[in-house]
Amino acid sequence: MKTRRSFIKALTLSASLAAMGSVSTFAQAADTIKVGILHSLSGTMAISETALKNTALMTIEEINAHGGVMGKKLEPVVVDPASNWPLFAEKARQLLSQDKVAVVFGCWTSVSRKSVLPVFKELNGLLFYPVQYEGEELEKNVFYTGAAPNQQAIPAVEYLMSKDGGSAKRFVLLGTDYVYPRTTNKILRAFLHSKGVADADIMEEYTPFGHSDYQTIIAKIKKFASEGKKTAVVSTINGDSNVPFYKELGNAGLKATEVPVVAFSVGEEELRGVDAKPLVGHLAAWNYFMSIKNPTNAAFIKEYKAWAKANKVPNADTVVTNDPMEATYVGIHMWKQAVEKAGTTDVDAVIKAMGGQSFKAPSGFTLTMDKTNHHLHKPVLIGEIRPDGQFSVVWKTKEPIRAQPWSPYIEGNESKQGL
Amino acid sequence: MMRSLLALALALCALCAHAVPSDAVFAKLAEDDSDSRIEAINALAADGSEQSIKVLDALADGTLYVTAEGALVILTDTEAIDPRTGQSVTYPESSDQIYLNNRLRGVLQGALAASRVKSPDREVRLAAANELRENASEDMLPLIESALATEKDKAVRNALRLAAARIDIASTDSGRRRKAAENLGESADASVKFMLAGLLKKADDGHFVEADEAVRTAAQDSIDRIDRRLAMADVANTLFSGISLGSILLLAALGLAITYGVMGVINMAHGELLMVGAYATYVVQGLFRAYLPDHQDLYVLAAVPVAFFTAAVVGMVMERTVIRWLYGRTLETLLATWGLSLILIQAARVIFGPQNQEVSNPAWMSGGVEVFANVILPWNRIVIIAFAAFVLLLVWLMMQKTRLGMFVRAVTQNRAMAGCVGVPTARIDTLAFGIGAGIAGLGGCALSQVANVGPAMGQGYIVDSFMVVVLGGVGQLAGAVTAGLGLGLMTKFLEGWSGAVVAKILVLVFIIIFIQKRPQGLFAVKGRFVED
Repeated sequence: MKTRRSFIKALTLSASLAAMGSVSTFAQAADTIKVGILHSLSGTMAISETALKNTALMTIEEINAHGGVMGKKLEPVVVDPASNWPLFAEKARQLLSQDKVAVVFGCWTSVSRKSVLPVFKELNGLLFYPVQYEGEELEKNVFYTGAAPNQQAIPAVEYLMSKDGGSAKRFVLLGTDYVYPRTTNKILRAFLHSKGVADADIMEEYTPFGHSDYQTIIAKIKKFASEGKKTAVVSTINGDSNVPFYKELGNAGLKATEVPVVAFSVGEEELRGVDAKPLVGHLAAWNYFMSIKNPTNAAFIKEYKAWAKANKVPNADTVVTNDPMEATYVGIHMWKQAVEKAGTTDVDAVIKAMGGQSFKAPSGFTLTMDKTNHHLHKPVLIGEIRPDGQFSVVWKTKEPIRAQPWSPYIEGNESKQGL
Repeated sequence: MMRSLLALALALCALCAHAVPSDAVFAKLAEDDSDSRIEAINALAADGSEQSIKVLDALADGTLYVTAEGALVILTDTEAIDPRTGQSVTYPESSDQIYLNNRLRGVLQGALAASRVKSPDREVRLAAANELRENASEDMLPLIESALATEKDKAVRNALRLAAARIDIASTDSGRRRKAAENLGESADASVKFMLAGLLKKADDGHFVEADEAVRTAAQDSIDRIDRRLAMADVANTLFSGISLGSILLLAALGLAITYGVMGVINMAHGELLMVGAYATYVVQGLFRAYLPDHQDLYVLAAVPVAFFTAAVVGMVMERTVIRWLYGRTLETLLATWGLSLILIQAARVIFGPQNQEVSNPAWMSGGVEVFANVILPWNRIVIIAFAAFVLLLVWLMMQKTRLGMFVRAVTQNRAMAGCVGVPTARIDTLAFGIGAGIAGLGGCALSQVANVGPAMGQGYIVDSFMVVVLGGVGQLAGAVTAGLGLGLMTKFLEGWSGAVVAKILVLVFIIIFIQKRPQGLFAVKGRFVED
């Protein structure tokens, strides 16, 4: 009898506690704006995405310290979809319908973005996507703050074909087996054809997610490269597979002067887990590098380092900044500007106000949100890996470039070039 | 332009006894343009004085800077040196490092190689000659020939001969061309093959590009020799990577061969025991960095016993708290250990954070050894193959030659009888599981050297481990070895032919068919598992 009574007591207690909890959230909801953060904090993509969650939290803290948005503080709601694509959709739904967030910053892989798209369309949510991707997409509910192929992949290959890039004549297109590498390589193949490169001089290879044994592929690249023409590798390997890939590359003695590798998904953060000395000279193409010297970037780096230390991020003394982090930072600030312009967090009003927003980014350029295509105008930089895991910029565009989400190198896109 | 500059540099050398490169050369080097810098590098190399080589070295090491005023300095942590005089100067307020791009780096390596090809140190000479073998330019030919005239070492001579032959193949003298074509047959470089193939081409009018038939025969002969060597290198590479993958699979599976194979526990947390070993290695590395920075390269050796004991303790705790209540109830153990694996993953995430941790190869495990032309074997993989053999020997000795091993075998074959004759069966269970877990820890220690160390790493190996143990025949070490190596070799041959994604599917299809035809695996089953 006694146990039952105490059980009932516990039940009422917890029920009333829960009620109190929900009351307090209602009370909060009045003077805060909820912001969703949807990044994998575990699984194969955690290596890349954890830093984006940190950047988002830091930016929100910064905005709150400066008075918030329209006098209201931002309240981050962090969820972990665990590198699991269906879980991304589930978590997105939870953020939009349960937590009622005004906007979501998140996703890295294209497959995760494709998984959440139907949810954002159905519930008319707003997603800011901070990573370079393959294009072939334009959604009303999404703002793309990373690069489209013409803002990263195409200029990188053009650089490889230039004199300073080594005048490459043959190309290995190497990637993880999913939508981003496959589409990017389709665009690159068409682009290479247009430059007179024959199919015999293009090798395409894919590995599964999380692949860690690159012996065979490196041997194949070596063989392909030794067939008489200068060869370069274009890598769209994603996530933590890059670590074993670069380890193998270094140990197998494939030097950058012989076969340079240009990567589209490897930045400062990914190189933290690798001994970069054997990789000196390999390349990456991005719209931002931590090594860029200007006051905005110096302040950005300083702010992130201080944030990491204050929030006890593991290995806080060695944290780095990278391109998708910059894109996250720019995205959140632009959203703030748009909300203030619209005077409301209402999704349709904010979407309308986003067009033409501009922001002075850590890259040193003022980036503008395109009025029609939801993509940023971004500069393109090619960097070489330095022994300390940073990049030195070896080539860059003078001006930010307008995105072409629908690549002109893919058939059927001719009519969409105005976008 | 470039030639006149070279001439200028040479003239300046001739003028002064202690050759100091001209200011014009330095001005070119400070310019932010690859073409000017290449001119300057070539000028410095052609001048060849000690001072110039020092500047080139500084450029290669990344210690050459341009000050805000446009002057060059060589900077160390404490000192600034004027490259023109070699004297110390005041440390500049601000300066930019001169970064190389791949084009500059190639030119620089060639230039430095040419300057080092007569070094008294054999290793330096060999490296320089190998560099020249790959990218020597025409104006280096006199230098290479004079080096050949004095060189005694066979390996260096061979590399130099190839370097000279690469240049000579374009000579106007047909005798030289023939000799070069013959010499190039010593190479194992496919690009040389394409160079030779150029000699055999026919022009549009049906005549050979190469008029001299002797040269053509020599070229054809050399191409055949290179082809043979390349084919051999190909097979050797595939075999090695197959054995290497096999050894990794074996290390991942050996612990399971005891916990599942001998004891019959379907241990879904096996992958997490590998993870425990890998994290133990990471922690040891951190301790060495903090307290023994001078002996950092030895951390892997210290990590081996630590990984073993940490994983063994975790395994024994698992056995005492959960698994011992479930012996003989296969499905329940499967679920319980699956739960344990989730707990361990979360624990790792809480303790070390969700991101992968950096575990670096010690210096003696980095790089590779060129066993013969075109076959470079990475040291970390060689060490892992040896380590797998060592662990295998350890397990075999433990199971066959120790009292504990005998007890384990006795308990698994007939628990009741073993108990009757005084074997402490419960304690033996714990110890056996602990040893299985410890061996998984050793596997994790090895895996940390080739793959990522993160909370979810174990899940990537659980399927592979079961594949090896089930295919080999449960409870058989010989089976695990055969299956591990067999799967490794098979995967690598398939990958070479079909790519990684298809290879993975094909291997799984093969296993499904094989298990249907021969459910007991390669070797017959003994142990508690089958009696039940």
